[in-house]
Amino acid sequence: MLKQRQEWIYSAVGLFVVLSGLALVFLIFQVSGVKYVHKMKTYDVYANFNDIGGLRVHAPVTISGVRIGEVASIRLDPNALSAKVTLRLERSQQIPFDDINARILTEGLLGANYISIIPGFDNPNGEHPFLSSGDMIAKTQDAMILENLIGQLLFNAKK
Amino acid sequence: MNLLLRNLGFRVIQWLNFIGRSGYFFVQMVVKSSWYRGFTQDVYKQIYQLGFQSLGIITVSALFIGLVLSLQGIHTLEKFGALSQLGPMIALSILREMGPVISALLFSGRACSALTAEIGLLKASDQLDALKMMGIDPIVRVIIPRFWSGVIGLPLLNILFCAVAIVGGYWYCTHQMMLDSGMFWANTQNAVSWELDIKNGIIKSIVFAVLLLWIALYQGLNCTPTANGISKATTRTVVLGALCVLGSDFILTALMIGDW
Repeated sequence: MLKQRQEWIYSAVGLFVVLSGLALVFLIFQVSGVKYVHKMKTYDVYANFNDIGGLRVHAPVTISGVRIGEVASIRLDPNALSAKVTLRLERSQQIPFDDINARILTEGLLGANYISIIPGFDNPNGEHPFLSSGDMIAKTQDAMILENLIGQLLFNAKK
Repeated sequence: MNLLLRNLGFRVIQWLNFIGRSGYFFVQMVVKSSWYRGFTQDVYKQIYQLGFQSLGIITVSALFIGLVLSLQGIHTLEKFGALSQLGPMIALSILREMGPVISALLFSGRACSALTAEIGLLKASDQLDALKMMGIDPIVRVIIPRFWSGVIGLPLLNILFCAVAIVGGYWYCTHQMMLDSGMFWANTQNAVSWELDIKNGIIKSIVFAVLLLWIALYQGLNCTPTANGISKATTRTVVLGALCVLGSDFILTALMIGDW
């Protein structure tokens, strides 16, 4: 009888630990959505923005709405006093470099900020056809700040 | 006047004595943990009693908390047309606050009060003295397995609480309110991070477990060994436990909130 009870305690504790392990796996993968379990091959490019609005580290970087990377860091460029954003992109996709363009957009009206890259012209014979590590994206468009927009609207309405 | 001052001084000295003794008890508990040999079956039995047998109350209350949060969230967010943020609201409030705090409070009521009463009764029936006479340190034999099994058990309960509550909230807003499940998970995954939310919640829960077990075991070991004394010690365990959990929760949140 006593032996049986001891066995039951072992199984119950085992069940308890297994259940919490499963719960932790659920929290990690379903709730927090850890996407990169193993490190994907990536490369870093830079872009300067005058105003990043509410952009955060780990915000997605997309082309045509498809996620191809994330914001790795945001620093203040000491010379230009603008925000220097490091974008970490997956190596699997080659992006035409000529006339490339990065914009900070907002998901919906109240959503989080993300960066949308508009690829340049396809020019495979040029000197520098594709975006590569360490490049600076020259053309950028700042985040839309609602207050500025409203201010502009009021200014124009007065005229 | 003189008597009043003398009473006040006595109270203060008594309080300082309590702080000192409980601190000494904690140090003893940690230091003597390395002396602990064998008796692993005790730890198992305690995890069974403190952890496994609390599963019922933890999962059922988690389910209801998830349902209520979902209901309240829908009601409020609907006014702003921000129903897409329902998933993040439920998940973040549970992972950051509700999970650790409510599971700790339930654990304090369900398990810690029982621990205090058990040890108090051991003391009242002179079993702790009997152990001492056999040359066995009651702190090593009785207190330490209970302490460590609680410190292991509560974080596991907290993880289960969070998972069940989030599933409950998810079930209510998708199956009852017909919200889109893809939107729920996508927004939740965007908002929740493993480092800042889940790990910090587990750290909170470990701190609460140490505090609760410390209080419960100290009160049990130092109660007046009478029926009245044990009942008072049990009450103090729950009251002090709840206060310490909520107070330390404020401090921990203030420390962690910088990263959010």
